Amino acid sequence: MNRQIAQLFGLFVLLFAVLVAFTSYWSVLDAEGLEDNPSNRRALIREQKIPRGLILAADGDTVLARSIPRGRGEDRIFTRIYPTRGLFSHPVGYSFIRNGRISLEQSRNDALAGEEDEFESIFTGLEGKEREGLDVVTNLSVPGTEAAVAGLAGRKGAVVAIEPQTGKVRVMVSVPEYDANLIPTEFGRLNRDPNKPTLNRTTQELYPPGSTFKVVTATAALDSGKVTPESIIDGSSPREVSGVPLANAGGVSFGPISFTDALTNSVNTVFAQVGETIGRGTLVEYMKRFGFYEDPPLDYPDTQMVPSGIINGDGEYVEGGFDVGRVAIGQGGLEGEIRSAPLQMAQVAAAVANGGRLMKPQLTDRVVRKDGRVAERIEPDLQSRVMKPETADQLTAMMSRVVEEGTGTAAALSGITVAGKTGTAEVGANREFTQPWFIAFAPVDNPRMAIAVTVERTTGQGGTVAAPIAKQVLEALLGEGGG
Amino acid sequence: MSARTRELFGLLPVSLLVVAGFAAVLATRTEDIQDATLTYGAVFLGLCVVAHLFIRARLPDADPYLFPLAALLAAIGLVLIYRIDPELAREQAQWFVVGLVFFCATILLIRDHHVLERYRYLIAAGSIALLVLPRLPGIGAQVNGAFLAIELGPIKFQPAEFAKLGIIVFLASYLRETGDILVRPRLRPLPYQRQILLYGVPALLTLLAVLVLGLGPAGSVLLAVFVASLVAVLRERPSPKHFGPLLLVWGLAMLMLIFIRDLGSSLMFFGGFLALLYVATGRLSLVGVGVTMFFGGAFFFAEQVSHVRDRFDVWLDTFSTERVRCPTTGEVTEFVNCQGYQIAQSLFAQADGGLFGEGFGRSLLEAPGGNILIPAPHTDLIYSVLVNEAGLFGAAGLVGAYLLLVFRGFKISMLAADGFSKLLAVGLTSVLAIQVFVIVGGVTRVIPLTGVTLPLVSYGGSSLLANMVLLALLLIVSDSARRDRIRRGGLV
Repeated sequence: MNRQIAQLFGLFVLLFAVLVAFTSYWSVLDAEGLEDNPSNRRALIREQKIPRGLILAADGDTVLARSIPRGRGEDRIFTRIYPTRGLFSHPVGYSFIRNGRISLEQSRNDALAGEEDEFESIFTGLEGKEREGLDVVTNLSVPGTEAAVAGLAGRKGAVVAIEPQTGKVRVMVSVPEYDANLIPTEFGRLNRDPNKPTLNRTTQELYPPGSTFKVVTATAALDSGKVTPESIIDGSSPREVSGVPLANAGGVSFGPISFTDALTNSVNTVFAQVGETIGRGTLVEYMKRFGFYEDPPLDYPDTQMVPSGIINGDGEYVEGGFDVGRVAIGQGGLEGEIRSAPLQMAQVAAAVANGGRLMKPQLTDRVVRKDGRVAERIEPDLQSRVMKPETADQLTAMMSRVVEEGTGTAAALSGITVAGKTGTAEVGANREFTQPWFIAFAPVDNPRMAIAVTVERTTGQGGTVAAPIAKQVLEALLGEGGG
Repeated sequence: MSARTRELFGLLPVSLLVVAGFAAVLATRTEDIQDATLTYGAVFLGLCVVAHLFIRARLPDADPYLFPLAALLAAIGLVLIYRIDPELAREQAQWFVVGLVFFCATILLIRDHHVLERYRYLIAAGSIALLVLPRLPGIGAQVNGAFLAIELGPIKFQPAEFAKLGIIVFLASYLRETGDILVRPRLRPLPYQRQILLYGVPALLTLLAVLVLGLGPAGSVLLAVFVASLVAVLRERPSPKHFGPLLLVWGLAMLMLIFIRDLGSSLMFFGGFLALLYVATGRLSLVGVGVTMFFGGAFFFAEQVSHVRDRFDVWLDTFSTERVRCPTTGEVTEFVNCQGYQIAQSLFAQADGGLFGEGFGRSLLEAPGGNILIPAPHTDLIYSVLVNEAGLFGAAGLVGAYLLLVFRGFKISMLAADGFSKLLAVGLTSVLAIQVFVIVGGVTRVIPLTGVTLPLVSYGGSSLLANMVLLALLLIVSDSARRDRIRRGGLV
């Protein structure tokens, strides 16, 4: 009988091994599949029970999002409140059980929800602590944001300000904004609104950048050695580009003119020639160094960012075949038109301001535990080396002239030197509207802030519409005392 | 070190586990560890030491690991139940004390387990009566569609738990006597012409039956195995009257399926029977006939009896999002949120556990507003709660503890000298092991989920008492077996 007993034991060992195997399957191997099952509400319920961390402005004081408890005891749940209402709605976003979450609430969810890895959770388990969310301190400036909203004054548009040396995003304003507190009750209406208040125009919308793109063209031309600031180029107007005549703004014919003067006066015919000289390949290469053709490496959900780049009539990104002369001045045609998100243009300005070193844009400064310990500090991180420092110096000098005596004088600050570039794209079926732009950085000798401003479907020039807004925001940001 | 001293030292870590477990649960509950946890540990240790002293006095040579292992499982159960509902844990602790009394009483009353053989028909009749009780009007109570419990005033009682002991005692005694007659000594191999005839004709007939009846793959395999086993059994020309008990027990299992409507208990009984049959006869062919007859019957009734069929549907289509009218609430909802709810939630809870679990006392049992997330967490789904809180490692540890218990049980059987002792030990151990497989397999979707308890861990008085008696019987067998061995000098 003992042989049978041993065999029987073997059978039970096998059966118990099956039990452990199935348990491993459900608890570890297929755990993610089960967690994603729509019938599984455990994660949602657990999150409701955790006080989500605060989202704070750069001053570490202004609360942009906080959680308040409802109910008591086992039934206590937490819901989100956004004390600044619409002011920071685009960078901060919202988090509600029924509506999901977007923006920083989504991209920093792990920290805000206090999620820990397996080993950490053992220790908190041993300490017997309740799980709680961590606070996220952003780089967002309250005065800068207020100035941007005031500057846009209800006009649809976007303002992005970045610290060139660190990549800290100090202002991310998209108008119209939405009040995140209304999301649970008016989700449908906000999403159907033709003014698209829930669209973050700084990262999700692409606009023709107009002449601000000449900074990219100039970077490629100067850095590749094809042109110097002193090169004399014929600025006559009109001039045939790709078989079609191209005119300067107002039809002004400049004659032979230095490259510096051409930027100061935003001479289309000069830049179109320069574009043709450097060629499509070089232009696209420099665009990629600036971050075009890919989502910005921002701590923001991928679903809420769109790459800037040259897009053809079918809406596809193209790297060749386009009219390089017209793209070089920020336009294009059906074979390819340059389109850029405001954040991308702010990065262009920031790269020049930081000696050609483009830093990764970052909304978050640090993640802080409830007891004040810093759990994570986001360090400045190089995104790419766009150009040589000498090229950046040359561009800085040229862009300073734009504000001193060119198209961007409206951005001049008293006591602080500003370098910038205006842009005015024509939009609409009959080119009846404009898309004014201004990108800039200041102060010129030690840039502490780079900015991009644009207003959607309006009338007027970049120098008259966008530059004054940039001026207000720069004043607010630089007045913060280095911010 | 003597066996009893080893047992005593085995109990110490178990008590520490009780202290640590209660401390963890209390810590998540009230944020400060109360002295109560130490008291719980001390009381638990005290009770176990009393039982230990009793074993020391009455069964000095019994297996030293069985009792600490059982205490460990009971301790895990107490901590888990305490975490679910302190009031239930208090009741379970009382049941544990009563269980220890039953344990000691069994040891006191049955000095030699061979006396049980004398009463085997009485025991068998009593067990069957116990099984039928829940079906009687007035005292029977339906649990989840199965007739498992009887209610006598305030006492709710699951007689199947005790019936399983009685049936095993009966079968062990019966098979000890008839096991040798059931099969003859192995015959000379047949000449190959007759072998072809012997296996060829039934094989052809099987093929024909498969084609005519249009059986699916599962049915075909079942039929083929059945025919092959039957041929092998018939080849030994057993006397027909000895098939009686086999058919009787099969009929009993099927009856349980229909009347008690419980696949789990039915599987447990029949599995225990087959285990005993195999150990007693050493004939796989007999087991083959039994297994195929059981599954054939089960599939047949799965088609016929709606309660059994539902269990199969839930098992196979747990996550179906088909919209159905929910019989319990009357609302139209998705299958997974009604019939599949229990098993789906069991798996979701396990998925949340991961490798190390969420920690004792931290599992999510209810949604805010009182929606139950883990139904029956203290009985059927207690294993899911454990996976959720202690993770895969904790669960593997629990299964490992059961495996050690089974190992010790089989060891006792191997050491035992006489057939009845061997079969009794194997039967009792197997029925416990199968019960573990049935319920853990149910909540991990290996087999359809049925409502049996996780032995010694789940909340439930009858289950705990029955298993304490089972433990006592094993120790009694062990004591005499090991004493014999020691006397003969075979055991160090």
